[in-house]
Amino acid sequence: MSDTTPSNGPAKGFLAKHAILERSPTLLLVSSLLVVTVGGIVEIAPLFWLENTIEEVEGVRPYSPLELAGRDVYIREGCYVCHSQMIRPMRDEVERYGHYSLAAESMYDHPFQWGSKRTGPDLARVGGKYSDDWHVDHLIKPQSVVPESIMPGYAYLLDNPVNAEYTADLVATHRFVGVPYTDEMIEVAAADVIAQADPDTDAYDDLLERYPGAQIRNFDGEPGVSEMDALIAYMQMLGTTVDFSTFTPDASR
Amino acid sequence: MSSNNDKDIDDVTGIDTTGHAWDGIKELNNPLPRWWLWCFYLTIIWGVGYTIAYPAWPLINSATSGMLGYSTRGEVAQEIARFEEANAEISAQLASADLNTLAENTELLRFANSAGAAVFRNNCSQCHGSGAAGFVGYPNLLDDDWLWGGDFDNIEYTIRHGIRNEEDWDARYSEMTAYDEIFTNEEVDATVQYVLQISGQEHDATLAAAGEELFLNNCAACHGDNAMGNYDLGAPNLTDAIWLYGGDPASLEETVRYARFGVMPPWGERLSEAEIKAVTAYVHQLGGGE
Repeated sequence: MSDTTPSNGPAKGFLAKHAILERSPTLLLVSSLLVVTVGGIVEIAPLFWLENTIEEVEGVRPYSPLELAGRDVYIREGCYVCHSQMIRPMRDEVERYGHYSLAAESMYDHPFQWGSKRTGPDLARVGGKYSDDWHVDHLIKPQSVVPESIMPGYAYLLDNPVNAEYTADLVATHRFVGVPYTDEMIEVAAADVIAQADPDTDAYDDLLERYPGAQIRNFDGEPGVSEMDALIAYMQMLGTTVDFSTFTPDASR
Repeated sequence: MSSNNDKDIDDVTGIDTTGHAWDGIKELNNPLPRWWLWCFYLTIIWGVGYTIAYPAWPLINSATSGMLGYSTRGEVAQEIARFEEANAEISAQLASADLNTLAENTELLRFANSAGAAVFRNNCSQCHGSGAAGFVGYPNLLDDDWLWGGDFDNIEYTIRHGIRNEEDWDARYSEMTAYDEIFTNEEVDATVQYVLQISGQEHDATLAAAGEELFLNNCAACHGDNAMGNYDLGAPNLTDAIWLYGGDPASLEETVRYARFGVMPPWGERLSEAEIKAVTAYVHQLGGGE
């Protein structure tokens, strides 16, 4: 196919060695892969050890089982396709949505829901912004409260019960990927699903101790725990775990 | 680029070759233009300079922070501070202003209304509508029919603390009784007919007469003997044609049986003092301010 040596090439010494690479496709492939990997290593690997990329923030906690179930509904329905959950550090975003998102706020997200598409508004701090009733009305038929909305309705969430047993498995799976759920949390996860959607159970205080700041009420106003309950429980806690009246972000991060 | 002493000139083009030959085909040595090459070297130098000026190289505990001390967070804080400073004087003036005399200060009024409109569109329009006309279950703010009062102080209090929410202990609170298990079916009917009567709608006079006594014994405590409502309890006026949840017999029956429990979140923590005043002034001037 080719001459074995360059006829009278000018490259000498070390530079001449590239001829070896050029003549062996396998070696060339492996070497180019190594070169490309350098970029990845330099950009990604330091994030695992650099202290200033990992900010400890008080208040951030793992999701409660019901919230986690709601998060699963969020992912299943593809909410992330139109809604981001990342307030960027820019004035216009902060003015509209509130304090910019911190990395720590999605530290228990597997996978994170930052998104990059905003057909609808950002939801990173939607918690507490609207009433539960509004969320129910809005999820059933968004146009009933926001006529200009192009969001589809999700009324069937009211009819889908949350299977608490599966949710317990979901919690266990999240521990497997690194979320610090305790044995106890997993053991009572199924009961916690029911307890968070009913403010009248004995588990109220225990649930709050396990998941500080969790909101416990009948979110959809209907008996039983529906996916609507789960999704609204998740919506109502988004962005609420960090108290920005006491937390001052480190400017150098 | 070949050296001068052993050039291998291509016969056809007269250009020297790189010396690489494949199956007898030689590669011409057409070097990149000098200006292009220098631009390339400059970008490398620029790149090195950039990593010195801005945060870049990962070290043991942190990345180099750069000579210019730039950070995204610093920049956004600076941006916000710049705008806050530009508005500082008028915002402070608004935050401490007595809204009742706001109309006397044209400049401040104009600022409050436009700032309030922005706050409203971002935070309130999702429930009350972008035109503030409300929806079923979410009050219309354009009319002069108020649940909790429509003067500046009442509007401001409602915005700051919200209604029947769990976050703010000072939220406005009242809870209508659900009469489903208290009234018999006939009593529910009678009450509904009475409400239809006092609101000037078509009704069954006999049932309404029976409903009057039920109303006076049960409903009047909050809605008033004349059913004109009570701001202190957020009890709506039942004699007009304005209905939050519908004034037709079916809606009224549902209201009597299961009651209503509208919730509004508190905004005191989310909005600044000036923003609260601004949106109060904005809502007040929408048409129904008392």
